[in-house]
Amino acid sequence: MKTIIKIDPMTRIEGHLDIEAVIDNKKVVEAKSKGTLYRGFEQILTGRNPIDAVQITQRFCGVCPTPHAIASSQALDNAFGVMPPDNGRIIRNIMQGSNYIQSHILHFYHLASLDYYRGPDIPPFVPRYEADYRVPETVREKLVEHYIEAYQIRLKAHELCAIWSGKMPHMASITPGGVTIIPRIDNITTSLWRLKELTDFIDNVYIPDVITVGQIYRDYFQIGKGCGNYLSFGLFDLDSEPEVTKRKRFFQMARMSKEKVYPVDVNQIAEDVKYSWYDSSSHKHPRQGDTTPNPDKPGAYSWLKAPRYNGESYEVGPLARLKIAYETRSNPKINQLIDETLNKLQVGSDELCSVMGRHIARALECKVVADEITGMIMQVKLEEPVCVPHQIPDSGEGMGLWDAARGALGHWIEIQNQKIARYQAIVPTTWNASPKDDKGQAGPIEEALIGTVIDDTNNPFELARIVRSFDPCLACAVHLAEIGKSEKTFRVI
Amino acid sequence: MSLKKSISRREFMRWAAGVPLAAGMSVHFFPRLAQALEEAVKEYPLIWMQNSTCSGCSVSVINTIHPSIKNVILEQVLPGHQLILSYHGTLMAATGSMSLDAARETARKYQGKYVLIIEGAIPTKQEGIYGYIGEEEKPITMLQWVKRLAPNAMAVLAVGTCAAYGGVSAADPNPSGSMGAQEVFQMLNINTPHINIPGCPCHPDWFIGTVAKILLYGMPKEKELDQYGRMKLFYGRSIHNRCMNRDYMDEGIFAENFGEEGCLLELGCKGPFTSADCPVRLWNGGVNWCIAAGSPCIGCTEKGFPDQHSPIYQRR
Ligand code: SF4
Ligand code: SF4
Repeated sequence: MKTIIKIDPMTRIEGHLDIEAVIDNKKVVEAKSKGTLYRGFEQILTGRNPIDAVQITQRFCGVCPTPHAIASSQALDNAFGVMPPDNGRIIRNIMQGSNYIQSHILHFYHLASLDYYRGPDIPPFVPRYEADYRVPETVREKLVEHYIEAYQIRLKAHELCAIWSGKMPHMASITPGGVTIIPRIDNITTSLWRLKELTDFIDNVYIPDVITVGQIYRDYFQIGKGCGNYLSFGLFDLDSEPEVTKRKRFFQMARMSKEKVYPVDVNQIAEDVKYSWYDSSSHKHPRQGDTTPNPDKPGAYSWLKAPRYNGESYEVGPLARLKIAYETRSNPKINQLIDETLNKLQVGSDELCSVMGRHIARALECKVVADEITGMIMQVKLEEPVCVPHQIPDSGEGMGLWDAARGALGHWIEIQNQKIARYQAIVPTTWNASPKDDKGQAGPIEEALIGTVIDDTNNPFELARIVRSFDPCLACAVHLAEIGKSEKTFRVI
Repeated sequence: MSLKKSISRREFMRWAAGVPLAAGMSVHFFPRLAQALEEAVKEYPLIWMQNSTCSGCSVSVINTIHPSIKNVILEQVLPGHQLILSYHGTLMAATGSMSLDAARETARKYQGKYVLIIEGAIPTKQEGIYGYIGEEEKPITMLQWVKRLAPNAMAVLAVGTCAAYGGVSAADPNPSGSMGAQEVFQMLNINTPHINIPGCPCHPDWFIGTVAKILLYGMPKEKELDQYGRMKLFYGRSIHNRCMNRDYMDEGIFAENFGEEGCLLELGCKGPFTSADCPVRLWNGGVNWCIAAGSPCIGCTEKGFPDQHSPIYQRR
């Protein structure tokens, strides 16, 4: 007998998302990932002054405004023909690094971890659904303590960002051509000491906690594999090469398919809309894409489009970045860190492509990033320029490619009469939570759900764990119904 | 379904400073609430609805330092006063319909006694189909949630500029027909007392300050609010009047390009048209604020944000 499960809504993610899964004989045979909020940013941006994009696009996401500010600034750098001086480049990297740390810590403790242990018995920790909470009491007490501590720690990461950006969320001090903040010696010292506190927490609390949860939920290294393709646009500019695809980056721009790494050809990216509530034409490169909403479109089920690379779905995020780094051995320290951790866990590198693997990848990346920006802070040069002046051209085009904490992010701008003529963005969750494409291929989260064995259809916590491991930036729904009859819905979790 | 108890008395003492909970007490929806009646601790259930929002206001509010977010959600935020966060999509443990049942249950049980917090603008085009949270027979739109929850709340707090006035979510051409709470209340004839706490995002001190005021002194009097429904305490004076760059302005030193010293007026600063206490309160634990980072005030606490302040980086 086939059954449809809906989680309605899925909480502890950022934004609004629904998941629907068809279950046959305890196994997920089909899954639908549905974005349930349309905000219309592309339309809002059209006709505005191009530079305003840096502020408006940050409001896509209050958890990670930083990458939007940076990707839009890069698109404008590109369209205006300017490149930030070293200080500008480095300070943008520091802002981004601190946002990664904030986002990763928030994700593990405050969004995901409550799937694995019971919190205190007061709201917002109750009510809670029943699941196979397996952590022993002593571990549970520690995790709850760390949940609280993590609130205070992530706040330090926000402070670290604000030291350079003016405020967080929503940064002030970024502009095409660089940044606006004039660095002072006290910015450097106070940043380093905050980073020290953050690094202590990551090394001594965050990573050990993820490893502990990983050991207890070892089976989750087998669950939620995903599509097996990985894409990253790269992170941290190390030089000032004007062509963004050729720029040297700490995490390089690359993609991985069937365990092999390839360069990224941006022209291979297209967005399908057959199953999205848009009347826009399908299979368009984001540079030509348009956005005409139609909430009544037959067959459609999501406000997200379906981006594909060369017709295939790609997972983006910490796992993608780390897999590419590991495979290319671009940084021996990363390989060593991954090997050590896999050893401790007694799992193979292939098992990283899983629910627990994503949590592990996020935690390890958090450490790598914290170390990296510690070095960068020392490279900031007082008395040197932070930006170059820019002029808005009559017309032009620009592209910004960058990796947000949750994965590959692209911004594309077209300018006419010194105004925004077209603006399109593909955000990480659009890759991960995309609906089916024109050919009917599932998106990465959908793919990760398919095949999952659901122990108890009245309590399908497995699905919630899979979805949250992707750190989707959107609230969810799982419905239960018997196929072939009129939809009978059991509200279960 | 059964919800198992899982807390020791010692632990609870730690979280709930001074408000003990009998260990082994069976937990239904809100165990603390039942107990509060006995102990005369006033408890205020909060339902926090996230609508068309980037969640930045939630992220900002959890940045509160003194009190910490732990003090705010797990302890008596003020002696004898405790907030109970019954529903918050991003922070609560429950998921699926159980999470929404918590909101429904609170609204039913504590009619006229809960505080509704609205974050984000409310899409209204085509009856609000552009944004929904959960489903019954059909998707439940954010607009329907407001209709259900706002009329019976003790008070409504519109947190952030989107919730207060529409903000970026309602920026021209406003494709989803989004509106701030005030406008939706007018449209629907909802008369629940409400306060705006704008900002993109809302500063944690503005939120905690407004809440504390309500807990200790009740809803602010009319004279304590400005014409935009904000507490004068936080929004009563302009950015420009207390700006650190006033000396530059008085001396005629204006920055012509970003990264230069000087008043930022020529680079589009909206400080003269914006009311908030950022220059003295500062952001993120006092480490910085927009203008100290060399960036103009973009007017994020104002009703006209962003449209009336656009182009953002041009002198108005
Ligand atoms: S920087 Fe802005 S707020 Fe400050 S003095 Fe100049 S115009 Fe006024
Ligand atoms: S200085 Fe202006 S833009 Fe910055 S937070 Fe305050 S009101 Fe908003």
